[in-house]
Amino acid sequence: MAGTEPVYIAGAFEHPTREAPDKSTMQLHAEVAKGALEDATLEKGDVDGFFTAGVPEYESGLPPLIMADYLGLEPSYADTTDFGGSSYVSHVGHAASAIRDGRCDVALVTLAGRPRSHGQATGSGARDLRTVQDSFERIYGATNVSMYGMAAQRHMHEHGTTSEQLAEIRAAASHHAQYNEHAMYREPVTVEDVVESRVVADPLHLLDCCVISDGGGALVVVSEDVRSNLDRECVELLGFGESIGHHDAGRIDLTKTAADRSGSRAFAEAGLGPEDVDYASIYDSFTITVLEAIEDLGFCEKGEGGSFVEGGTLRAPDGDLPFNTDGGGLCSNHPANRGGMTKVIEAVRQLRNEANPEVQVDADVALAHGTGGSIGTRHGAATVVLGREDR
Amino acid sequence: MSWDPRPVPDVTPETERYWTAAAQGELLVRECQDCGLVYHYPRSLCPDCFSERVEWREASGRGEVYSYSTARTMSGWPDDDLPLVLAYVELEEGPRLMTNVDADPSAVEIGTRVAVEFRDVDDAEIAIPVFVPEDG
Repeated sequence: MAGTEPVYIAGAFEHPTREAPDKSTMQLHAEVAKGALEDATLEKGDVDGFFTAGVPEYESGLPPLIMADYLGLEPSYADTTDFGGSSYVSHVGHAASAIRDGRCDVALVTLAGRPRSHGQATGSGARDLRTVQDSFERIYGATNVSMYGMAAQRHMHEHGTTSEQLAEIRAAASHHAQYNEHAMYREPVTVEDVVESRVVADPLHLLDCCVISDGGGALVVVSEDVRSNLDRECVELLGFGESIGHHDAGRIDLTKTAADRSGSRAFAEAGLGPEDVDYASIYDSFTITVLEAIEDLGFCEKGEGGSFVEGGTLRAPDGDLPFNTDGGGLCSNHPANRGGMTKVIEAVRQLRNEANPEVQVDADVALAHGTGGSIGTRHGAATVVLGREDR
Repeated sequence: MSWDPRPVPDVTPETERYWTAAAQGELLVRECQDCGLVYHYPRSLCPDCFSERVEWREASGRGEVYSYSTARTMSGWPDDDLPLVLAYVELEEGPRLMTNVDADPSAVEIGTRVAVEFRDVDDAEIAIPVFVPEDG
């Protein structure tokens, strides 16, 4: 049985940059760590747990050691779980477990990266074959966008989902991004704009794809003891779940993600269900990523995601399921190609009434969900259910 | 479809037979002698039951497109090789295998019947399985 001691997110900080040619990735880590600790009204010396995933520019090194060294941390607990972009949602859950086990009280979670400054383009093909799977996949020119394209194609085939329905996801995100002064793309776009943008990999258009941005973010997760001494509104972690979905020896189902497992676990731990969620941050590497997660998390039946998102469902503040009110990865920010961090940060903002006023939702319960890696091959899924303290 | 300078597989002791068989015109899958699972990509232990009694089996080389996506642009990839149809082909033996369908994209749909062909690479010991429409 999971521990039940309350655990809180006390600090959340998103780096305002989207392009940082003159900064190192490690510097960005330090800046977001500083920002999140200031947001939590805590000091660096309070940190006794450190959580981070790969540091893309330093793959040949030992990221947790390099980062702890650079940041000057000597943690009593460290975790470098790496599921790609969903990692940082997992880190929140793992931090809660460590805190409930008494292994740390103030857990710092950091993410940073600079793919934009490195000139990465949408649809980039990986040249570097490092795993046995690469030899069976990347040699065929499999890119993230073409693998998610295959997922979209199959979803359309089985369920009649349309490009226009996928486009509504981008249109809703852009509706929110217009109010975010830091968003990469603030101009609202229509469904027509999306479907008329150039095709990158059928059936996904350029505007079905997330931005490529430099930057990062950090979170501070704390115990109840620490929280009780803070004069800062915090967000309670109500439930967490994670899982891994994969190729399954050749039985891969491209219409489904492991969000059904991560979500059901998170909801069970919270004692809540999809109907209780007032705001959702849903990982949006591509529009299809959102659509499949909405179904798998139980907001609608499998196959009905297309009709679910129509009619303004996802649009804040009045839609039934306002999502990604910062503009999400599709319009605002996808630092290091890893969007789980910003998903949690915007959920925290919503629950603290710190979202942009035009898209602030009256939310007691929020969900943040990450999909890391590729649903075309193997992916991590991680879900947190968060609550306002005075809900 | 030209392969140079496209990436070639990293051949390991666990996968060498698969790639060298391809150079002989055979598409191999793995079959577990204990639980019967036929699977791809090759692994020495059955991914369902961890049995080590796993044999190579020649596949028919036929199947149908489970899904596909046509890349129109891809940085770092030769323009001559675009558009490129990435696909999962469901083999008659069961497993879904990632590959290319080497055909005009307009000839490819989900359910299109396809058959394997093998593309040479600089290393004559191995070859790369791709698929083409059966009626093409």
